[in-house]
Amino acid sequence: MSYLALSLTLIFVLIPLILSKTLRLGLEKDTIVATIRSIIQLLAVGFILKFVFDSESLFYIFLMVTLMILVATHNAQRKGASIKGITWKVAVTLITVEVLTQGILIGFNITPPTAQYIISISGMVIGNSMVLAILFLNRFTSEVDDHQDETELILSLGGTPKQAIHHQLIRSIKASMIPTIESQKTVGLVQLPGMMSGQIIAGADPIQAVQFQLLIMFLLLTTAAVTSVMLGFLSYPTLFNQRMQLLKNR
Amino acid sequence: MNSRYKPAIHFNNVSFSINGEEILKNITGSFPEGKITTLVGPSGAGKTTLLKLCNHLLSPDSGEIYIKEKTITDFQPVELRRLVGMALQSAPMISGTVMDNLALPLTLQEKKPAEGEAGELLRDVGLKEDFLSKNVKDLSGGQKQKVSIARTLVNRPKILLLDEITSSLDRTSQREIEELIVKINQKYGTTIIWITHNLQQALTIGNYTWVMMDGEVIETGESELLESPVNEKVRRFVKGEAE
Repeated sequence: MSYLALSLTLIFVLIPLILSKTLRLGLEKDTIVATIRSIIQLLAVGFILKFVFDSESLFYIFLMVTLMILVATHNAQRKGASIKGITWKVAVTLITVEVLTQGILIGFNITPPTAQYIISISGMVIGNSMVLAILFLNRFTSEVDDHQDETELILSLGGTPKQAIHHQLIRSIKASMIPTIESQKTVGLVQLPGMMSGQIIAGADPIQAVQFQLLIMFLLLTTAAVTSVMLGFLSYPTLFNQRMQLLKNR
Repeated sequence: MNSRYKPAIHFNNVSFSINGEEILKNITGSFPEGKITTLVGPSGAGKTTLLKLCNHLLSPDSGEIYIKEKTITDFQPVELRRLVGMALQSAPMISGTVMDNLALPLTLQEKKPAEGEAGELLRDVGLKEDFLSKNVKDLSGGQKQKVSIARTLVNRPKILLLDEITSSLDRTSQREIEELIVKINQKYGTTIIWITHNLQQALTIGNYTWVMMDGEVIETGESELLESPVNEKVRRFVKGEAE
């Protein structure tokens, strides 16, 4: 792609800006910030990736993955600020998802243990896990607030905190996983995944691109399930105290 | 108060606050065993908070609460909440049938209701047995409240806390619930502590009453005190309510 062609892609940023301005959506500043950040971040990551891939150093791979987890944790924990200790809960969840998925991929020799594969796949896994964590925390905090009566009912009938929060927890886990499952149902029919399209545009064999995409999609299914379930089970106990009371000042 | 009766619950200098705001201030007093005590007072007086302290859904900042002469902290929370049942104003239902809701207290203990037990409870609260298979979505406010009371009774509580259970019901349903509560009190000897805004209800149904205002217990005694209160604030409150 020539630099001129790349510059012309900014038309796709102008359209939402015009719409936002016309309809007074107030999203102009966010759109501009997001555009500038994505340009700087992607260019920087491009140079960093080139350096890491060339070096093939395990230390740099570890550093890159750690950085991804730190940024994702910082981003996701804000949605669950009312849950005590949410930062470490999100961090532990992201680390578990990363170790589990890479463990399976490398352990079963599905992908080679090279920087190129580890960093690219980690980016997708951690990124998706972060979005899942945000979706889950968003839903879970509203479920807890909106169904306080239900929680107190079960506690007042002699239920445990786990029983009292069970329905809210299940609803939040399901709601956060739905986008992942639904997008997989229509993949190939409605949308072609970005990674697969990218490989095809870059000249890869479409069948091979599809095979790799399938791997990623199944991986993201595990990512979604483990993130929601683990974060849920780490989060709910902090809503209660030792006396099995729902804490008001979360 | 009521020294001639054994207390089911006794409050000793209990205070409770949320975010620095005092909700209850130095509450001292007893709820007599086997009797119906009503809690009356304007909104925001701290009545619901007081009820939640009895069920240990909340803990006091200071002071002690005794249930059957044991401090509340001597009980396991689960054991206490089965002993002290609570029915809420909103009568929250879990989705499903009336049977699912009646079975809930036992489901929480991984048990199932004995043959005919659910039907008997329904009859106790004045509903027909064929209600068991009804979806809770199809119940009226009064029917939901009856199911809610029946569900609380599954644990066979010795003390029953009622939080404005008739406030959103029509007069007929209110009367049915009042009769039901008196029946439960007489049949099982259950101690009843009932928050109500309806002073007439407090007078006719309750044996005793606590009048609360701004987090304090202003006056306690036999329900007749509402007809001629000693305290000026209570007199104004009763007058305001009656007008």
